[in-house]
Amino acid sequence: MAVSSEVGTPPARASFWNDPRIRAIIFQILILGGIILFGIYIVNNTLVNMESRGISSGFDFMGRTAGFDIGMTLIPYDEASSYGRAFFVSLLNTLLVSAIGIFFATILGFIVGIARLSNNWLVSKLAEVYIEIIRNIPLLLQIFFWYFAVLRALPSPRQSFELADTFFLNLRGLFVPKPIFEAGFSAILISFLIGLVAVVFIARWAKRRREATGQQFHTVYVSIGILVGLPFLAGLVTGFPLSWDYPALKGFNFQGGMTLIPELVALTIALSVYTASFIAEVVRSGIQAVSHGQTEAAGSLGLRPGPTLRLVIIPQALRVIIPPLTNQYLNLTKNSSLAAAIAYPDLVLVFAGTALMQTGQAVEIIAITMAVYLTISLVISAIMNWYNKKMALVER
Amino acid sequence: MTDATPTFERSPDLPPPASTVGVVGWLRQNLFSTWYNTLLTILALWIVWEAVPPVISWAFLTADWAGTSRDDCTSGGACWVFIKEWFGQFIYGRYPIEERWRINFGSIILIVCAATLFFPRFPYKLWVSLFLIFVYPIVAFFLFSGDAFGLEWVETPLWGGLFLTLVIAIVGCVFALPIGIVLALGRRSDMPAVRAVCVAFIELWRGVPLITVLFMASVMFPLFVPEGLTFDKLLRALIGIMLFQAAYLAEVIRGGLQAIPRGQYEGAQALGLSYWKMMILIILPQALKLVIPGIVNSFIALLKDTTLVLIIGLFDFLGMIQAAGTNPDWLGFAVEGYVFAAFVFWVLCFGISRYSLHLERKLHTGH
Repeated sequence: MAVSSEVGTPPARASFWNDPRIRAIIFQILILGGIILFGIYIVNNTLVNMESRGISSGFDFMGRTAGFDIGMTLIPYDEASSYGRAFFVSLLNTLLVSAIGIFFATILGFIVGIARLSNNWLVSKLAEVYIEIIRNIPLLLQIFFWYFAVLRALPSPRQSFELADTFFLNLRGLFVPKPIFEAGFSAILISFLIGLVAVVFIARWAKRRREATGQQFHTVYVSIGILVGLPFLAGLVTGFPLSWDYPALKGFNFQGGMTLIPELVALTIALSVYTASFIAEVVRSGIQAVSHGQTEAAGSLGLRPGPTLRLVIIPQALRVIIPPLTNQYLNLTKNSSLAAAIAYPDLVLVFAGTALMQTGQAVEIIAITMAVYLTISLVISAIMNWYNKKMALVER
Repeated sequence: MTDATPTFERSPDLPPPASTVGVVGWLRQNLFSTWYNTLLTILALWIVWEAVPPVISWAFLTADWAGTSRDDCTSGGACWVFIKEWFGQFIYGRYPIEERWRINFGSIILIVCAATLFFPRFPYKLWVSLFLIFVYPIVAFFLFSGDAFGLEWVETPLWGGLFLTLVIAIVGCVFALPIGIVLALGRRSDMPAVRAVCVAFIELWRGVPLITVLFMASVMFPLFVPEGLTFDKLLRALIGIMLFQAAYLAEVIRGGLQAIPRGQYEGAQALGLSYWKMMILIILPQALKLVIPGIVNSFIALLKDTTLVLIIGLFDFLGMIQAAGTNPDWLGFAVEGYVFAAFVFWVLCFGISRYSLHLERKLHTGH
């Protein structure tokens, strides 16, 4: 048993200072303490500064009368409305331009991205030139170009460009017909919703039947039929209770219809064109990420080009495309804040600009503005993460 | 015997049909292979025909190049006289004309030093890098702002033009890099408190638009500092941009850190290296090499985003062009100004992105 004496003595316990766990705890306490002290210092300075400058604090101002007008409002608003209402008006304007921008950027981006991969040399080169020019020029410059150089050069209302006597484009903006919903229109809406529910159930039933028996069902054609047919039937019964209010030239300006202010038009064009160049690259790399073997395998299984694209290529490409695409949507939403530079009444211009100037409550207003964008970012990325998880490769 | 075995003469290969080789073949294959391809080709040709000749005619054929005032612009095309007359202001902003040599001198030092780094065989790269990182910022600061060594003081509101754009982009990116590295390491740390702080910081800055950061920098920073202490607008904007850029760089660098195989960490720990030695000697050199293209791309994004400083009232390159366009003597030449700005930004960004692609190929040593 002489061996045991050799193994016996355990190594001396690491000293308190060298124990990694204790060091980690001390380090974290130091960091957190430092951050808290820094925070207290800043808050203290801010309070002192605000008091000496006579700036009040708190969120009471949201209920006070704003007293300024806003050029474009989606909900009723006038000078007697509160700052809170001005906040919602401007937030809706931001969301509106983002939504329109995302819609057009997606369409244009997919077209250019696919054109970039075209067999046609000329089309592919045109798409490449578009992408390389647009994405290397600052967005703000493009917004200025569309607003100051293009839209300001448009003719006056009397000489406006027109399309089929219904759409008019001139210095004052884009005039489009406005839908007027009369009594009974809800029947069409309700029948559309019923159709939507029916389509969901039919799709599920068709998928179950296909997995059980292998029989195909033309879900797409049936769905389109239901979605178009049901509202059409409802419209026939109620006599189409929808009419359009067309813009018409009266005196020096157009009356009736809907007016899209030039700021909105310029911002939408610039955001869509700019973001589309990034989306095009996303789409291109997504489609290229699906290896050619997949197409060949689908072909050797006897699939025709249409089903190959729909059942083999697109589902796999979407998986690669969606995360960066989400990123581009987020960028577009954040970039819509550049609206402030051309005076489109968005959140930054109205709330972080005019309201801040009038109340002087910089801390509260900037905090609210940042919180709004942060929330939009987090919500969009949460939705896309959910979708991404749904689309993700299921390993068997 | 000799006549018994018939010899088969191989007849020469026929040339491929004329329609599949040369120009005609290329055209058939790439432009007119199917009926819809032909249609697309015609459509594309129509777009080119509609777009290119008017632009060339406007920008070159009917443009005015010589002269000193708007009266010399008579031919109906682009008025490049406008750019020529304002060129100095576009580059240097309102920096005093007799002091402009300081900007030129500072830029030449930077360009010469940086250029030596591009020669693979240059021997003193380490010294040049150290000079650029530690000495040059101090030299440049005194050179540009003055008030020392007998140089006249030029206050920052006079800084402007392309000079200001490059100062903001370069300072923003260079100073953001170390912060970004620390944030990226913190985000992958084992300590929950450190990780939470870093994640919160990164997600906060990445979730908000740069313009709100600049607004915050210009209206909230003055409230944060003790009373009586003021710091100028450019510095405030720079701090805002630096923090914003640091968050983006942190995510780029985190990608590099994640790409390093676990064996590298384990190997370093097996050698008994401490955390910081492991990071500085083993992990970061490999990770940073991997993400150089990513860092360059985020520099391009920053270069384009610096234009936003004009919204808080700094006269950067685009800001000077916008100001020149609203000058009563030169009204109506906004398009020329924007085209010039677009050209300069495009050359810078496209050039840098091509260099980044080149670097990516060069640094790809393969695994």
